Amino acid sequence: MKNRPMIQFRQVSKRFPDGYQALKNVDLQIEAGEMVYITGHSGAGKSTLLKLVAAIERPTSGIININGHNVAELKSTALPYLRRKIGFVFQDYKLLFDRNVYDNVLLPLQISGFDNTVIASRIHAALERVGLSQKEKAMPITLSGGERQRLCIARAVVHRPLILIADEPTGNLDMAYAHEIMTIFNTFHQAGVTVLIATHDAALLEAKQHRILALQYGKLAA
Amino acid sequence: MIRVWVAQHGVVFIQTLRRLVASPLTSLLSILIIGIAFSLPVGIYLFLENLQVLSGQAMVKPQMSLFLKQDAAQQDFENLRQRLATQEEVEQFVFVSKEQALLQLQQDAGLGDVLRSLKRNPLPDAFIIDVKDTRRTDTTERLKTVIQGWPEIEHVQFDFVWSKRLNAILNFGHVIVMMLFVLLSAGVVAVMFNTIRLQILTKRDEIELSRLIGATDGFIQRPFLYFGAMQGLAGGMVAWLVIALTLQISNTELEVLVELYALKLHLRHLAIGDSVSLLLFSTCLGWLGARLSVAIHLWRVQPN
Repeated sequence: MKNRPMIQFRQVSKRFPDGYQALKNVDLQIEAGEMVYITGHSGAGKSTLLKLVAAIERPTSGIININGHNVAELKSTALPYLRRKIGFVFQDYKLLFDRNVYDNVLLPLQISGFDNTVIASRIHAALERVGLSQKEKAMPITLSGGERQRLCIARAVVHRPLILIADEPTGNLDMAYAHEIMTIFNTFHQAGVTVLIATHDAALLEAKQHRILALQYGKLAA
Repeated sequence: MIRVWVAQHGVVFIQTLRRLVASPLTSLLSILIIGIAFSLPVGIYLFLENLQVLSGQAMVKPQMSLFLKQDAAQQDFENLRQRLATQEEVEQFVFVSKEQALLQLQQDAGLGDVLRSLKRNPLPDAFIIDVKDTRRTDTTERLKTVIQGWPEIEHVQFDFVWSKRLNAILNFGHVIVMMLFVLLSAGVVAVMFNTIRLQILTKRDEIELSRLIGATDGFIQRPFLYFGAMQGLAGGMVAWLVIALTLQISNTELEVLVELYALKLHLRHLAIGDSVSLLLFSTCLGWLGARLSVAIHLWRVQPN
């Protein structure tokens, strides 16, 4: 699996309808199973880059290859199937507060059409990995910030995506929690998942040996 | 693949039931609106149908009565039989002898005593003819003229104008019913359209998230379409029950009235086939309202 490009950007630019140029001629390649940090000041284009990978946004120009598919050429009806190969840990978590922890994790499996016989064991396993097995029946509103973050991770990985994307996963957490969360990401990396983490947390970056892509005003710094 | 698809639909079905039960008052109100909207045209339609039954087949499908001369004999009957059989416009005919006619009159009209006091039977022998197509005035008129020319015939009676009038009134009633039906159906679609619009608004977060993590449009639409169809179905059931209840009450009252006239009348509910059609139709309308609403409102909910 190693040394196969999972994510490829060629001369990718993204300009929003309001004229804001988020990314300018970005070239990058991330191998399958690699773990990469994306850093940069706020507004440097980190979130935009992640959204392009997840096909939530489409590039204005350039080519994006995800797992061998050119995103720009995909029909909009094919996009959902690409998104299912990706687990996204959202900055604002996007938890659903009208249902319990179990049902929050259930949603991606229902969307991907998983068989009923495996659903329960998948959810248990995902919650186990993030340390929330005791909270299955809890409502998200009763969870702490760190627990909500972990629930979001469980939901992102329960359908075993090829790529795990996290946008500022430690932004709202104190150091102890942040360390815990990073350990969780590392275990997925070791399991062969391609991991992309956007962060401006300097402490995290110093300690790790993974590749770092630095964005500055929409361009990759050399 | 098909098993997964079936399982997904099963899940949505259960979820929809739960949602209907979770907000009973709101669900009940829109189901009532749909039910009442349907019960009006369907009720009038039923009333007309019953009226048609009441007015008797003789009026709606008119019969021609051939009264024979008093001295007509067995040989004349045979001649007429043969001639009638060759007439194209005649669907079928029966012979009613004067004895039969007298007997029937004594039994039906309660005129036994009066009739018994008569020295001889004043009634003629008769043929009763069912005419094939009563809407075509020219052919029935032609038939009447032809028969009137036969020597054995004293008089031909054909109550055509009467039946035409009643038919026209019933047709007019049916047109009114159709108009009501169309208008109120549009109302039902509008109600469902709005209900689903509100639901989409309250489920915004879920829809947005689902899109982000790879839900197809079909997956996102499904619960709303189910919701529309099931509310439509429930509305159809309410309409059926409303009509059943109305008939129940009317029939009790009607019995007293009808007994005074020594008639037999029982208003009947929709036959099974029509009942199923009503339910299917209301289900489809609910679905249609939801489908339109989804088509217009869902694309607005896009992840930012």
